[in-house]
Amino acid sequence: MSAQSVLLNETAGGPGRDLNAQALRADARREQLRLLALLSPSLFLVFAIIIVPIGWLFWLSLFDEAGAFSAANYARFFEQASYIKTFVTTFKVAFIVTGACVLLGYPLAYMLSQLPRRAASICLIFVILPFWTSVLVRTYAWLVILQRKGLINSWLIDLGVISQPLSLANNLSGVVIGMTHILLPFLVLPLYASMKTIDTDCLRAGMNLGAGPVATFRQIFFPLSLPGLASGVVIVFVLCLGFFVTPALMGGGKVIMWAMRMEQTTSLYSNWGAGAALGVVLLVVTLALLGLFQWLLGARATGVWSSR
Amino acid sequence: MILSIAPSALPIGMRRIEKRFGSVSVLRDLNLDVEAGEFLTLLGPSGSGKTTLLMILAGFVRANAGSIRVGDDEIITTPPHKRNIGMVFQNYALFPHMNVFHNIAFPLKQRGVAAAETAERVEKALDLVKLQGLGERRVDQLSGGQRQRVALARAIVFEPRIVLMDEPLSALDKGLREHMQIELRALHRRLGMTTVYVTHDQREAITMSDRIAVMNGGRIEQLDKPETLYATPRTRFVAGFIGESNFIPVECRNGSVWYEDRRIHTAAPAPASGLHLMVVRPEKLRLLANAEPQSGVNVLDATLSDIIYQGDSFVCYAALRDGRQLTLRDYCRSDVLARMPAPGQPISLGLDAQDTILVAAER
Repeated sequence: MSAQSVLLNETAGGPGRDLNAQALRADARREQLRLLALLSPSLFLVFAIIIVPIGWLFWLSLFDEAGAFSAANYARFFEQASYIKTFVTTFKVAFIVTGACVLLGYPLAYMLSQLPRRAASICLIFVILPFWTSVLVRTYAWLVILQRKGLINSWLIDLGVISQPLSLANNLSGVVIGMTHILLPFLVLPLYASMKTIDTDCLRAGMNLGAGPVATFRQIFFPLSLPGLASGVVIVFVLCLGFFVTPALMGGGKVIMWAMRMEQTTSLYSNWGAGAALGVVLLVVTLALLGLFQWLLGARATGVWSSR
Repeated sequence: MILSIAPSALPIGMRRIEKRFGSVSVLRDLNLDVEAGEFLTLLGPSGSGKTTLLMILAGFVRANAGSIRVGDDEIITTPPHKRNIGMVFQNYALFPHMNVFHNIAFPLKQRGVAAAETAERVEKALDLVKLQGLGERRVDQLSGGQRQRVALARAIVFEPRIVLMDEPLSALDKGLREHMQIELRALHRRLGMTTVYVTHDQREAITMSDRIAVMNGGRIEQLDKPETLYATPRTRFVAGFIGESNFIPVECRNGSVWYEDRRIHTAAPAPASGLHLMVVRPEKLRLLANAEPQSGVNVLDATLSDIIYQGDSFVCYAALRDGRQLTLRDYCRSDVLARMPAPGQPISLGLDAQDTILVAAER
């Protein structure tokens, strides 16, 4: 009978032993092994395309140009002023672009979140559309608009607002404008998603309890939108740190960012060790930043922060 | 003293309120007076306009026309944050980024109340809703019933003259809901604020209210005390919505009422003529021992179809001669049980003249 076969035999292990405990433990082990077997293809992928290349990168960074094992590639960062300058520029651009994205993206996401559903989805298409266009194409488009004899300068001169063309491209402002445009959706989308989850009744409750529109926004809407803002800021900031195409094209060679430095080191000077070291430093700094953000948000979440 | 009986509870007067959403008319020429300190319930099915009316009172929805007076002040164009009306939302709408204390202190903060007084008043409000010592809890650490209480404390801590409640108990399970009904009622008696309560649950409305406004299709069908509403519904809708009812068509001729060939006695003067419906409450019907006519009792002949035993009570389903189904409910007393007929047997049902209600047949 089936009931008997499931129970194995009641006397197994003798008196005082838990009934079928051993068989149940073995069954649990078998299940774990089966789950591990199911996971193994993805574990292999993670190993092959993440762990191995990063390990290799790290390994490469420890050899100098002569192929000798040394820490020279890292020592260089502290010895050569140009490396420090690149590092500072990279962070400066990342801060400015993130700030610009917040200033432009917050009101945009707020507007989208308040629009009726249909209008919001149409406007969202306009946010996402540039997203689908090549970064290279968009960057060249900005060059056309911003250069010395570009659209903006010729219009402003024709209108008599300025007499000399403004230098909008081939410098820091060009890089910032181009990058802000490209990275804006990365801030708007998570922010919009989190604003949509804010309960309108909470805002109504705020007004009902005596807070005017401004106070309701400041004390209720804004704090509740912060988790979405934080994730948008993290994404934009981290993407800024490794950005290559736009600063390379819009910076006119005056704005050297970390990724451009890497490209120069490997393709111009063929110094793979130094390039790998740059990559390792960028990776470590990015991970450290992510950890810092995580920690800040985590600390908030256990305080009065958490949303439901 | 803070949070004592509000001496300043104010009456609300709503006049000719109109609200349309596009071409759909939600409220039509609605007039309603709420007395100072009264617990008034707006009762109706979904789409009857009760929530819209509450939203107009709170200031979240703009009416197309009409007037709302609170005391002597016209507030129809006053923005919500200046209305000084407390509100308990259906889903509580507690601020998730603030703990219990800050949620309740919120309206006091907006009014510039000093920190020490705020702490004292929040403490008293927590006491009042029996949440002593939970001020530091996060909102997501509270149970549904506790959230409900926080929402209530937040709506009354600033001593508003009017409190609105939008189906505040609908998210609670049955036992807790019944318990909170009694507590809300007691709290209202103690604080005496004018309260407008919205629900679609007729039992809840009857349990809690001083008066009930039954709403249907954007109008108030009847506004009365719960007992009046139950005993003398004025329309078929009210009779059907509040309590259970059997409807029997009757005809009025020359001031007397007829069901088939039988004259029906009513306590109220009978309408002159036309088709009407007799409203028969299941618990007002009695099983008669014999079919002898008695004065002041209407007798209906029927056939028993089924008996459902429910422990403390039983329900009889009977068919009148014209096939119309009737429901009778009575308590399981031994004398009734002793002479209980069997299904299929003919029975006589008695209905006292004073329990015989007529409503117009239309609709």
